[in-house]
Amino acid sequence: MVELLYFAWVREMIGTDGETIDLPAEVETVAAPLADRSRIRVAVDQIFAGPDTALAGAREIAIFPPVTGG
Amino acid sequence: MIRAALQTGPFDAAAEAAALIGSRTDLGATVSFTGLVRADEGLVALTLEHYPAMTLAQMQAIADEAAARWPGVVGRIIHRHGRLCPGEAIVLVTTASPHRADAFAAAQFLMDWLKTKAPFWKREEWADGTSRWVDAKASDDAAADRWQERLQKGR
Repeated sequence: MVELLYFAWVREMIGTDGETIDLPAEVETVAAPLADRSRIRVAVDQIFAGPDTALAGAREIAIFPPVTGG
Repeated sequence: MIRAALQTGPFDAAAEAAALIGSRTDLGATVSFTGLVRADEGLVALTLEHYPAMTLAQMQAIADEAAARWPGVVGRIIHRHGRLCPGEAIVLVTTASPHRADAFAAAQFLMDWLKTKAPFWKREEWADGTSRWVDAKASDDAAADRWQERLQKGR
């Protein structure tokens, strides 16, 4: 089981701030659909991830827009 | 040591600088930067969302990176979250060091990386009742990337 977390407009678009799922076995990395870094960023277990980041053993995957703090 | 804090309430920039200095007499400079909510035409408020399990840890990692690059610098970074109105302070970066160049450089680095590497998202509320998420700026990424290049060149 892995916990998915959503923030900002991703959270609003999906309609929930998170969900717990069984990651399908064929999903091995953060990968291409989330590789458009102008729109979406990913953190795996609270560390920023790239498209090639492996998901085996991940407990928490967060999906969010590029950050706008400061 | 540069310490990071995350809070909803206001901060006192002068008190933070004084606390950094304490009783030390070897410090020759303090630099203090405060980011404010700017009253763009019709802006009612900003709400800053964050990632509770990650944001403070990431802020401290940025602080630790600055401390490693400028070993003589001590500092404090405070970022607020929640709903803030025009004129309110959002973020504080305070540094102190024996010489001003390091205090200035570390403060600018901290701010550039906070803007682009700490998980916060701003939502703007407008007087007409609409609201929208702020888009990331390419200029902020470019400012943050300068420090990456400098690191590769040996700072």
